[in-house]
Amino acid sequence: MTSVTPDSFSSAPPDVVALGPVPWAKKNLFSDWFNSLLTLVIAGIFSWGMIRLVSWALTTAQWEVIPNNFGLFMTGTFPINLYPRIWALLAIVCGLAGLSWGVLGRNLSTLFSRNVLIGFGVACAFMVLFPPTRPSSLILLPIVALVAGTAAAGRQIGRKFPGVGKWISLAWFLSYFVALWLIGGGLGLTKVSTNDWGGLLLTLFTAVSGIALCFPLGLLLALGRRSALPIVRGLSTLYIEIVRGVPLVAVLFMGQVMIPLFLPLGSRPDRILRAIIALALFSAAYLAENVRAGLQAVPRGQQEAAMSLGLNTPTTLGLIILPQALKIAIPAIVGQFISLFQDTTLLSIVGLAELLGIGKSILANPSYLGRYAEVYLFLAVIYWFFCYAMSLGSRKIEEKLNTDN
Amino acid sequence: MAHDSGGSSFELKAMLRDERFWKIAFQVITLIVVLALVSFFLSNLNRNLIQQGRAFSFSFLTNPAGFSIGESLIQYRPNDPYWRALIVGLGNTLSLVASGIALTTFLGVVAGVASFSKNWLVHKLSRIYVGLVRNIPLLLQLFFWYFAIYGALPQPENQIGVFGIAFLNNRGVYIPWASSAVLALLGIAATIGAVIAAFYLWQQRTKIRVETGTGGKTQTIGLAVLGLLWIAIIVFGMNWTIPAGVEGGGVEGGLRLSREFVASLTALVFYTSAFVAEIVRAGIQSVSKGQWEAARSLGLPAGSVMQLVVFPQALRVIIPPMNSEYMNLTKNTSLAFAVAFPEMYSVATTTYNQTGRPVEVFVVLMATYLSLCLLITLVMNQLNQNVQFKER
Amino acid sequence: MRKWGLLAAALGLTLAACGGSTTTTADGGGDDTAPAAGGSRLDVVKDRGQLICGVDGGIPGFSFVDESGTYSGLDVDVCKAVAAAVLGDAEAVEYRRLDSTERFTALSGGEVDMLSRNTTWTISRDSSVGLEFAPTTFFDGQGMMVKTASGITSLEDFAGKAICVETGTTTELNLTDQMRQLGVDFEPVVFQDADAAYAAYAEGRCEGMTSDKSQLVARRSTLPNPEENILLEVTMSKEPLGPVTVNNDSTWFDVVKWTTFGLMQAEEFGITSENVATFEGTENPDIARFLGAEGTLGTDMGLPNDFMVQVITQVGNYGEIFERNLGADSQFELERGQNALWTEGGLMYSPPFR
Repeated sequence: MTSVTPDSFSSAPPDVVALGPVPWAKKNLFSDWFNSLLTLVIAGIFSWGMIRLVSWALTTAQWEVIPNNFGLFMTGTFPINLYPRIWALLAIVCGLAGLSWGVLGRNLSTLFSRNVLIGFGVACAFMVLFPPTRPSSLILLPIVALVAGTAAAGRQIGRKFPGVGKWISLAWFLSYFVALWLIGGGLGLTKVSTNDWGGLLLTLFTAVSGIALCFPLGLLLALGRRSALPIVRGLSTLYIEIVRGVPLVAVLFMGQVMIPLFLPLGSRPDRILRAIIALALFSAAYLAENVRAGLQAVPRGQQEAAMSLGLNTPTTLGLIILPQALKIAIPAIVGQFISLFQDTTLLSIVGLAELLGIGKSILANPSYLGRYAEVYLFLAVIYWFFCYAMSLGSRKIEEKLNTDN
Repeated sequence: MAHDSGGSSFELKAMLRDERFWKIAFQVITLIVVLALVSFFLSNLNRNLIQQGRAFSFSFLTNPAGFSIGESLIQYRPNDPYWRALIVGLGNTLSLVASGIALTTFLGVVAGVASFSKNWLVHKLSRIYVGLVRNIPLLLQLFFWYFAIYGALPQPENQIGVFGIAFLNNRGVYIPWASSAVLALLGIAATIGAVIAAFYLWQQRTKIRVETGTGGKTQTIGLAVLGLLWIAIIVFGMNWTIPAGVEGGGVEGGLRLSREFVASLTALVFYTSAFVAEIVRAGIQSVSKGQWEAARSLGLPAGSVMQLVVFPQALRVIIPPMNSEYMNLTKNTSLAFAVAFPEMYSVATTTYNQTGRPVEVFVVLMATYLSLCLLITLVMNQLNQNVQFKER
Repeated sequence: MRKWGLLAAALGLTLAACGGSTTTTADGGGDDTAPAAGGSRLDVVKDRGQLICGVDGGIPGFSFVDESGTYSGLDVDVCKAVAAAVLGDAEAVEYRRLDSTERFTALSGGEVDMLSRNTTWTISRDSSVGLEFAPTTFFDGQGMMVKTASGITSLEDFAGKAICVETGTTTELNLTDQMRQLGVDFEPVVFQDADAAYAAYAEGRCEGMTSDKSQLVARRSTLPNPEENILLEVTMSKEPLGPVTVNNDSTWFDVVKWTTFGLMQAEEFGITSENVATFEGTENPDIARFLGAEGTLGTDMGLPNDFMVQVITQVGNYGEIFERNLGADSQFELERGQNALWTEGGLMYSPPFR
């Protein structure tokens, strides 16, 4: 708040010196009596709330519940002696992220702008100063360095081989299976039961898998609903409308209880898989509607032009219509991904120990009884960070695409 | 059928090149695949259910439920049948939906309009609110409100009084209310009726004033009379009972909103309003700048520009997406069961637990929520037709 | 175009991979868990080399997971005993945490081999839900916990007061029945999970918390001020808790049933994990048969003949299990009461092993 001027020396109204902030405040906060009243009331309530919050956070709150259970929050009951696998996974993901960033930003003049450097600094400072990560910061700091290093390398590679983007997509694709292997074990690694998958790890895993599954399904449904073929259109519409009319928690309930009933006797897919399937089936219907809106926004002339060039229906769709439609629909699609990410919290209701679920079980621990506000605020920060990052990313992509046109 | 093989192969080739054939074939294949899948699933279901000795049937709905329900709009006793328990749940869902929609609309519109405020603080606050609340999962917010906020309220012994007419404690919120349910319903009906009547009167008045330049006095008087009538009904007709604190804790009289209800309502309203605010903001932004400028150059004050020129036009863009927000709110009320509010989903899971009939219960759930969503869509479509351009 | 092809491949692969992950975790996968036509769950467990046991995981003393992920408690020990009997290794158990709403479908769907999860034996569950109840391992009754300061001494005092309860249990129904009988109008606050219910009780949302007495005692020790909470002198129901298997598989049911009886019989014989080795060459024909030195009691069931030796060595007899988890050696210090052997005035009674 720059609008407050120190005025302890004289009781006379501030003069020329305060010309900057005061007219600003007059214009933006106190333009007339109504605005002034509004400002005073809101500022009063807001600062009262903030003071209460800060004093609570500094005095009443008992934050030790967070550092003491940091491992649980991040990975659930994943065996501690297998943590190196999680570190390897984190290194792979961060390395790939750095590489993609470098390749995408190959034409930027400076990759490490001031803001980015500040970001790195804050991340390093956080890791060194924030106690729960301290034993691990020895590993986390090199990972930050890895991001920076791969980003620089990615930029060089991207400049030399412009077609490298395809390979990076492939690498991301393969990294999913590497992740599955590193988390779940098998093929020479100790197996880890899905019971022990938990915390943020499980949240991210279910969200990524859900997104990966619901995207193609949603695309097919959207195309089906826009199709000229009555049966295909009818079936797609039926599916979309039914799913959109039912709450997710009911769908998850069905996923946990009813999927086994629909399968041959005795086959019972893993509960995490069941949850992912239910999540994807649910989100696909919403995604289909977003894609449909994009499809509708593509001018009819495009299709007619493609047809008159002699392209058949699949090629018209794949090469002409869909790329344009998806571009239009990107904000809505990312919005759907964000809500899918948020929806993973509902898995705690069907007994999975994802981030919120592990939070609830920590709150049941006798030593941390009643630490609701601390735990829930911590979780809120994590969820907010990921969701905000996603919407920020979508905005960046949107801007980039808009300038392309 | 062709006579010679050459002819038939030619016809076949022609057929394969014909897009109409492929269209039909594709549909037939899709249909067969879907039907095969469905019948596979259903036959498995049937066999599994029979194996468990629970063939598909809704007859259990008439058995006595046996469990009690914390709050209920209608009379309910534990030996009432399951269907009545489910209706109690539906009633609780409906009260959450109705109050949720009303409050969400209000808060969402306020927050959306506030983001255009000239007041820097109001503008910022609106943006922070939207950016914060939209990015945190609803279930987490629900737990936060229930346990961290309403759970931190004092015990009934030390309850907080609000001007002596309302009370807060960790059991719930106590507010003044009509002394009987019939009167309360009448009051709500009167309010809704008054709002609708006022809306039409206002429209008529604007129309007359636009067409003739002046006049519309009759309508203005009508509006005033309507307002007075409504106030009279609400103040004198309701036979209000005011909650009063009882010695040693607790409250008598008034309406008790349980903590479960209030926490669910708060979380739902705060969460959904953030989305509504964004819709309202986008709607207002969609009104072309020229409209603002033209209105202002006519000398209209800032408040009236928004009220008379911009907002009515923005409504056309706002109403269609509002439909899906209201539907989301309706579906999200099912999360209230996580904080022990006995709404439809909660009663349905209890029913499933006591009867072991997941499929039947799910069908009931699905039908209920689908019809609720359908109802909302119908109302919103009607509303949408009223505000769309009447092209002349 | 290629991109969409890739996506389609991704879809397929993801499904396959997730399927793969299930096989890695269930240690055998879909085909293994499905009983072959006419086959028994016993063969499935043997082939898998591991027992999958459904537990609660949140009830100290019965089944509780600590911060390092180790399971302990009376219910857990019953799982271990069955694993020791079938596979000779008490640690060859995978625990599945199940909440009360999903436990029966998990069992009947074959996700778990058996339940050892505070499940009350009732006629409707036994007959119409398709379950088979092994002998009771803990005789319980529903009780009511209140805060000492509330001044509540009987159920009648609950008029207009709130009671926290967990859904999906017989507790909810018993409470309703009892209150209806007394004509007391109370406010039920029904939570889906026990953690939330106890938390709400602890912070004063409800005056009373009802559940099985054993659970109340166990949970009381985890409340902020345990001594400020008391159990009322009422018992609202009979709650015989024991392991459960699925209907129509008597081979498997017999194994679970007789392993459980074996625990009690061992205590009756005075065989403990400490002294079991000294019974090796015993002259007592009953004990010799019981430990598999004589006869074919074990092999007749499809188990190693000395299965009870494995059980007792690795897990102990019923008395040891009780004292370790709930009795004098635990933080709960529960009396044996009804759970003492029949010879000592309790209800634990095993039919003869012969």
